[in-house]
Amino acid sequence: MDIHEYQAKEILSRFGVDVPTGALAYSPEQAQYRARELGGERWVVKAQIHAGGRGKAGGVTVCDNEQAIYDAADDMFGKKLITHQTGPEGKGVYRVYVESAVQIDREIYLGFVLDRSSQRVMIVASSEGGMEIEEISAERPDSIVRATVEPAVGLQEFQAREIAFKLGIEASMIQRMVRTLQGCYRAFTELDATMVEINPLVVTGDNRIVALDGKMTFDDNALFRHPQISELRDKSQEDPRESRAADRGLSYVGLDGNIGCIVNGAGLAMATMDTIKLAGGEPANFLDIGGGATPERVAKAFNLVTSDSKVQAILVNIFAGINRCDWVAEGVVQALRANPVDVPVIVRLSGTNVEEGQKIIAQSGLPLIRATTLMEAAERAVGAWKNDQSQNTRVRAV
Amino acid sequence: MSILLDRDSKVIVQGITGKMARFHTKDMLNYGTNVVAGVVPGKGGETVEGVPVFNTVKDAVEATGGNASLVFVPPPFAADSIMEAADAGIKYCVCITDGIPAQDMIRVKRYMMRYKREERMVLTGPNCAGTISPGKALLGIMPGHIYLQGNVGIIGRSGTLGYEAAAQLKELGLGVSTSVGIGGDPINGSSFKDILQWFEDDPETEVIAMIGEIGGPQEAEAAEFIRDNISKPVVAYVAGLTAPKGRTMGHAGAIISAFGESASEKVEILSAAGVVVAENPAVIGETIARVVRAKAA
Repeated sequence: MDIHEYQAKEILSRFGVDVPTGALAYSPEQAQYRARELGGERWVVKAQIHAGGRGKAGGVTVCDNEQAIYDAADDMFGKKLITHQTGPEGKGVYRVYVESAVQIDREIYLGFVLDRSSQRVMIVASSEGGMEIEEISAERPDSIVRATVEPAVGLQEFQAREIAFKLGIEASMIQRMVRTLQGCYRAFTELDATMVEINPLVVTGDNRIVALDGKMTFDDNALFRHPQISELRDKSQEDPRESRAADRGLSYVGLDGNIGCIVNGAGLAMATMDTIKLAGGEPANFLDIGGGATPERVAKAFNLVTSDSKVQAILVNIFAGINRCDWVAEGVVQALRANPVDVPVIVRLSGTNVEEGQKIIAQSGLPLIRATTLMEAAERAVGAWKNDQSQNTRVRAV
Repeated sequence: MSILLDRDSKVIVQGITGKMARFHTKDMLNYGTNVVAGVVPGKGGETVEGVPVFNTVKDAVEATGGNASLVFVPPPFAADSIMEAADAGIKYCVCITDGIPAQDMIRVKRYMMRYKREERMVLTGPNCAGTISPGKALLGIMPGHIYLQGNVGIIGRSGTLGYEAAAQLKELGLGVSTSVGIGGDPINGSSFKDILQWFEDDPETEVIAMIGEIGGPQEAEAAEFIRDNISKPVVAYVAGLTAPKGRTMGHAGAIISAFGESASEKVEILSAAGVVVAENPAVIGETIARVVRAKAA
């Protein structure tokens, strides 16, 4: 789960990381008022969205008077910001954060991630802050400092000190940098984050080390023990179909194609998508309904897939292991009787009791297209979609 | 022979009184697995499907000589149960549980380092379907009847895609020595590399099949390991050619975040290491069969 910048800063400051003073606003008037409360002469108005790259998309504006703050905020509210991390549909701005501007001497990149090779938390830092880490690793790979943390003892001072010196931090500031690094590490582990990124972390004119930005992602599997983090979820930043799926216990990712997929198991779902592509089609979604494939889940899956208006054919691929194919087939037939769909549906079942399952599909009276192998299923789905397009009429399922 | 699991394995089911665990305990017993005990704190003295339940893994091991365990415990408590198994001297543990926090798994992996490598419990999973040595024993939730006994060793990250591969092999009359599910989580007990070595040392296994997917460094690390250490032919399939970058595809571990993590990069790296790559999931069985025939010839 992702959170907003202002929330990440609030959390990190509780762990001893220095952040600029700032306040949240839900309207341009409130943004102005917040700036007055903060005092000073320069402020930064920042659109709060769950994505990086806001600066280039017009989501960060430096202002030196109240009118400028009003105008900047007014321009941001309600807008869909499109950055390299949002996808083409962009993310809506419903909150802005107003911050006192900070005088920057130098910028540092600081990231904490789960490193899957060492199976530990890895610190990734670079003296070339401000750029995206992908750019840094492409253009200045030797500026990157990496260190993994021994989980039994946590981030020790000597290790934090080594990182600080490698980044070229002045001797008088080392202790502050150590505190920042240790604070981030503690926030990461104590709150079950999977990513903490501060870009840039800046050294200021008055010798402070300040997090100018802050991004945190949390482990969904650990939210049960952090109710205060779960509360920070902002559904306005999620794809509505994906959140609806998640709330129903299904795993869904919307894609650009037009063949909807309903599959049990993540690996098999990806494999099914790949086969559709190979057969000349494009998948409309990734959808894992879980190993069990109960009739309720099948029904929910149909609802979800058909809510995508791009979908012109649906491929159901279920491997019934412990659950038998006949039971899964009943589920598919029930779901389609209750909620008929107006696109061709291709059903491929395999595993336990496959013959009985096929029989139920065949005798259902529904115009379901059956397939035996994975390739055949993909080819029929692509064929049905193309046929559907060329006739420009849609086959009624009931 | 087979790896990790055979007729002599004495299985303990942790969390045996849960609905899913009861169901699969019965299924494992029907398959011929020697399930000797269950463990649920506070339910010692009960029985499930005729299997005695103990309060702790240590009690269960002492009373029954159990040496393998299957963890069915809910996510918040699963890491603790794995460590309990390791501490009680269990040799092989499969964790089925899906949804264990990554920090908990980091702790588990660190905890297991206290044991010398040769004495350390082997852990596969979490978030996997389990392990089966066809005709001998089943430690997990997979349907036993889709596997024939034979000489192909399978290692896979995904449950149902692994079933798909096994079913394709059965269709072609090919059997499996052992099929090991390593699970779909970012931090897991064993990697492809760990299990490859077991199959290399197993005289019964002639060909090894790896079923991978997008995300993580495991397939690339396995490729390097195969090039340097594995003499048996290896076949691979990698799911997720159509998966977009930066999106989690169902498994917490299936997200492309660095070079070498996309399906096409993995295919390239594996091919360069001499692995025969099945180009699509519909031909996993055929590709393995071709390699088996080539080896026999």
